[in-house]
Amino acid sequence: MSDQARAAIVGGGGYVGGELLRLLLFHPHVTVSQVTSESRAGQYVHTVHPNLRRVTDLKFVSVRELAPCDILFLALPHGEAARTIDHYATLAERIVDCSADFRLDDPEEYAEWYGAEHPAAPWLERFVYGLPEINRNRLRGARYASGVGCNAAVTILALEPLARAGLLRSAVADVKVGSSEGGAHPTEASHHPERAGAVRSFMPTGHRHEAEIRQALGGGFELSFSVTAVELVRGALVTAHCFLESAVEDRDLWKLYRERYENEPFVRLVRQKTGIYRYPEPKILAGSNYCDIGFEADRRSPSHRVVVVAALDNLMKGAAGTAVQCMNLMMGWEETAGLWFPGLHPI
Amino acid sequence: MSLAAECPECAAKIALNDDVISGEIVQCGDCGLELEVVRDGSVTLRPAPEEEEDWGE
Repeated sequence: MSDQARAAIVGGGGYVGGELLRLLLFHPHVTVSQVTSESRAGQYVHTVHPNLRRVTDLKFVSVRELAPCDILFLALPHGEAARTIDHYATLAERIVDCSADFRLDDPEEYAEWYGAEHPAAPWLERFVYGLPEINRNRLRGARYASGVGCNAAVTILALEPLARAGLLRSAVADVKVGSSEGGAHPTEASHHPERAGAVRSFMPTGHRHEAEIRQALGGGFELSFSVTAVELVRGALVTAHCFLESAVEDRDLWKLYRERYENEPFVRLVRQKTGIYRYPEPKILAGSNYCDIGFEADRRSPSHRVVVVAALDNLMKGAAGTAVQCMNLMMGWEETAGLWFPGLHPI
Repeated sequence: MSLAAECPECAAKIALNDDVISGEIVQCGDCGLELEVVRDGSVTLRPAPEEEEDWGE
């Protein structure tokens, strides 16, 4: 595998595209060849992503000017990648699609959750679901990887050790999310007087990310999944009330989660007995690729309740960071390349 | 460091200096708990006395 590659970003004007660009510009094995935006073509990328001012002199180009490259990142609105994947596949040997278009394996599941037939169903089986913690071996050398849903990723990582151990009878997972999850295009709901200070139930039931969680973890337990928008720009935090088949103690949870994640470069266990940050918080993860996971057994619960709390940056481990992690695996590079920024404190 | 003991809270393995003595306080790197060394032939750890923090109760 080559030590250097040319990468291009399609749909680089959005928040995920901006994060991809920030990461790739400092990646030791990547040169960013092009970034597309139809509405911004001809403008410097720092016009939209001001943190990149004097970092790069790249300008957005139209997708019509896109040239062949080694790896292509698609950061397009829902449905766009599925409609155009045949074309993009002629331009790059490897593609990471950050949208939801290729996350589900089953076309029928896609139709059920997205309300329409998949426009490129044969492509679904060619994509690997892009969460390295559960699909690492399949991602190594893969040509096509999907992105992850941020709410799905944080919930999958929170629940996976319990599900894998067969301990999970049911789980009630509520994810609190920041406003950047809604993307860069303003809406009535994102208008500042409406969004500021909100604690808004976004999807109490039926959130599409639930399909990813079920696909990743299997159907051996009942899942109740809700998403609530809160006063954050970046960040997702899941509080998962897990009801187990049998009682466990905190030491058992430490053992289970430690065994599962001790070799994962971007998963940290956070269950501190002292200090302020005793459980995971998204605040200190902004800009980093970490997912922090904590847990506590409810010793008074007759239904063997365990609360699992997990946090990540929705634009990083929940999107662009994981996409770069996938690229590293696909290209045969060190998995952590370009992803070591530890976040900021205080922030 | 050739001695090792287990955190009574989270079961993490904690490395200790050879010359560690009873009453020394060490901190678990995983759960952050402060631990008191008990050395009486073997070496064990127990939670160190701590002041309760007021978390709004």
